[in-house]
Amino acid sequence: MIPEFGHFALIVCLLLSFIQVAVPIAGAQTGNIAWMRIARPTARVQFALVLFAFGCLIYSFLTNDFSVRYVAMTSSRLLPIQYKVAAVWGGHEGSILLWLLMLTFWMTAVSIFSQHLPESTLARILGVMGFISLGFLLFILLTSNPFDRLIPAADDGQDLNPLLQDPGMVFHPPMLYMGYVGFSVAFAFAIAALLGGDLDAAWARWSRPWTTIAWVFLTVGICLGSAWAYYTLGWGGWWFWDPVENASFMPWLMGTALMHSLAVTEKRGGFKFWTVLLAIFAFSLSLLGTFLVRSGVLTSVHAFASDPKRGVFILIFLVVVIGGSLSLFAWRAPKVGLGGRFSMVSRESMLLGNNVLFAAAAGSVLLGTLYPLFLDALGLGKISVGPPYFDTVFVPVMAPALFLMGVGPLARWKEASLPELAIRLRWAALVSVLTALGLTLITSHFSILVAFGLLLAIWIVVTAGFNLWSRIRPLPDSNLHPLQRLKGLPSSYLGMLVAHLGVAVFVVGITMVKGYEVEKDVQMDLGDIVEIGPYTFKFKGVSEGEGPNYRFQRGDVDILRNGEFVRNMAPEKRIYLVQRNPMTNAAIDTGFLRDLYVSLGEQVGNTAWTVRVYYKPFVDWIWGGCLLMALGGVLALADKRYRIEKRNSKVTTQNERTA
Amino acid sequence: MKPRSKRFAWILLGLVGLSAATALVLNAFQSNLVFFFTPTQIANKEAPVGHAFRVGGLVEQGSLHRHGTEVSFVVSDTVKSIPVTYVGILPDLFKEGKGVVAEGQLDDQGLFHAKQVLAKHDENYMPPEAAEALKQAGAMNSKISKSIVTESGSR
Repeated sequence: MIPEFGHFALIVCLLLSFIQVAVPIAGAQTGNIAWMRIARPTARVQFALVLFAFGCLIYSFLTNDFSVRYVAMTSSRLLPIQYKVAAVWGGHEGSILLWLLMLTFWMTAVSIFSQHLPESTLARILGVMGFISLGFLLFILLTSNPFDRLIPAADDGQDLNPLLQDPGMVFHPPMLYMGYVGFSVAFAFAIAALLGGDLDAAWARWSRPWTTIAWVFLTVGICLGSAWAYYTLGWGGWWFWDPVENASFMPWLMGTALMHSLAVTEKRGGFKFWTVLLAIFAFSLSLLGTFLVRSGVLTSVHAFASDPKRGVFILIFLVVVIGGSLSLFAWRAPKVGLGGRFSMVSRESMLLGNNVLFAAAAGSVLLGTLYPLFLDALGLGKISVGPPYFDTVFVPVMAPALFLMGVGPLARWKEASLPELAIRLRWAALVSVLTALGLTLITSHFSILVAFGLLLAIWIVVTAGFNLWSRIRPLPDSNLHPLQRLKGLPSSYLGMLVAHLGVAVFVVGITMVKGYEVEKDVQMDLGDIVEIGPYTFKFKGVSEGEGPNYRFQRGDVDILRNGEFVRNMAPEKRIYLVQRNPMTNAAIDTGFLRDLYVSLGEQVGNTAWTVRVYYKPFVDWIWGGCLLMALGGVLALADKRYRIEKRNSKVTTQNERTA
Repeated sequence: MKPRSKRFAWILLGLVGLSAATALVLNAFQSNLVFFFTPTQIANKEAPVGHAFRVGGLVEQGSLHRHGTEVSFVVSDTVKSIPVTYVGILPDLFKEGKGVVAEGQLDDQGLFHAKQVLAKHDENYMPPEAAEALKQAGAMNSKISKSIVTESGSR
């Protein structure tokens, strides 16, 4: 019965979502307060219903109810309990339900934390989000119902794909979806503003924290996915430009542009057009990503068994949402106005540069991802666009963005003077060039790309330090200590600095890995050694054993540094019992400055194996940098002005009540 | 500067930037496209020599030979086949009789030097290129066609 309850909850939710679209928006257009007020309770009840349905599905997984088709397809009796829960989003139906759960969660969050918004604005925002929820509910109920029964019931399930039986599966998809779906809030704010015609600085201030928090989740989600791919796929890569990765990366690029554009709209009232457009694009790309991953047009580890009906549905929904919002934009945008003027050298112009570069980057990823699909769909042949394309495009597009990252935060709003900026930055430039040169000289061999990457990273760090110092240095007319002044700085400013430092750390990681990694695929017999730099890898054989739902062969490899024992490594080759799939589990020795990576290949003799031995300098800085970026976002969210604003608004509502 | 000439400068700058970016992207795109060929097409000399492309099909039974990390095998679309060599460790799901896609270059002896071998992440999964190669080879009425249908239908 439990699955039927879940199914029923979704049907009720569908009816509610109809109401949530129609009534509050109609109320906002006609000024009917009672109609507008319906938005909040419907949003919360929708969340409760979807949460209930989700709970029902988890229950079916935990109780091994293989009469539910979806459970039979993605779980099995032997599956460890944490993966039974994670298996809920281990297939198509469940992951769409997770998408919906996140959406209703964000709706509820908006209904709670945006009490200070004018009633009509909130009604429109929730109405727009209700429309998205309506679309996804229809999608689930018509094409991808996770509660469908399997008659007769299976004795045991087909198990979760072994690749997904990993702690990464527990955290990566929910984080990623929180981010993806979180952009629906910024989107709803933009559409609501277009509908209401009140696109002003207040609008930007309201939608800014929502955009930032979605971006933080997306950043962490992508970062987790990348780290997961690194240690689980057994070949040590951390980003493959796989279409599905691109699907999550495009909204991230757009979201990054949106965050920076919102800063201008809030502070200077500028870029309104552009901000609205970015909000629409960021969410459209999230939807497109969902379409790409879930429609089956792509094939990768992320793409599940597909059904053409699903692809057609999402495609139609995509056309309605993107087409609808862009038409609305074209219709209402002339009323929006252009906002404040600014000169060619100003913080605005540099942020505009950032926006253009990020949008161009997203566009080039889009081209590389969609073009092969178009050709294939038109029957013009199969092609693929690989990492070389993306690498070639990304370096020249991102390099100027990294340069601007050093200059922009120091430039004045509205009008900055180029000579003055040059004078302020000459020492920073000199220090960066000298440090980069010094660092490249002490490395083993010189490479122009490494030198360039390090230069940009150091440039970001030095200019950020310079920026901070100019805000906290002792002033002649004040006796505050720099540390006291540091405490007085707004946390959004510190967040910006931390996020930019994160970018620098990230750039160092990529540069060093690309420049100095060593990858060796070798055949090793008992006692054979491989040497990389100061490290010696000694192969001591392979033993066999059994895990909870798999059998494994475990390698025994000692690592020595300059002859001294460092540690033992145990890379595994697993065969999962249900699907009989082999899986490689690499052994990684993580370090601040380098990772050592060993994974087993195939047995080639009685005791001989092929083994991958990698040396990856600074690779963890890649994810460390991402986490710093996310931390920067969190700091920006903790800024006082958001709290003060809330307190003020409470006061005003009380005043209204007493008045 | 007058406002009008300022605006003009802006637009000019934007256009220059935009065309530079477009040129860059399209150039990179052109030179990095990887085309796909079936073993039959390669046998008909349709594939380029000395330029990277992808080939897909089934790994012929009994064709896999290992010599340390040097591997050789034969990719077939059931009509024609092509010998492939590869140095390195093959993916977990690489198996004789299963679908495979290899990316690399053809030498003038007709040997394909793979730089990358892709076998996808699921036991029953057929890489679309491999399925396409078999389809084009007209193998649709054989036993394999059945397996393609079932394999692409469910996981």
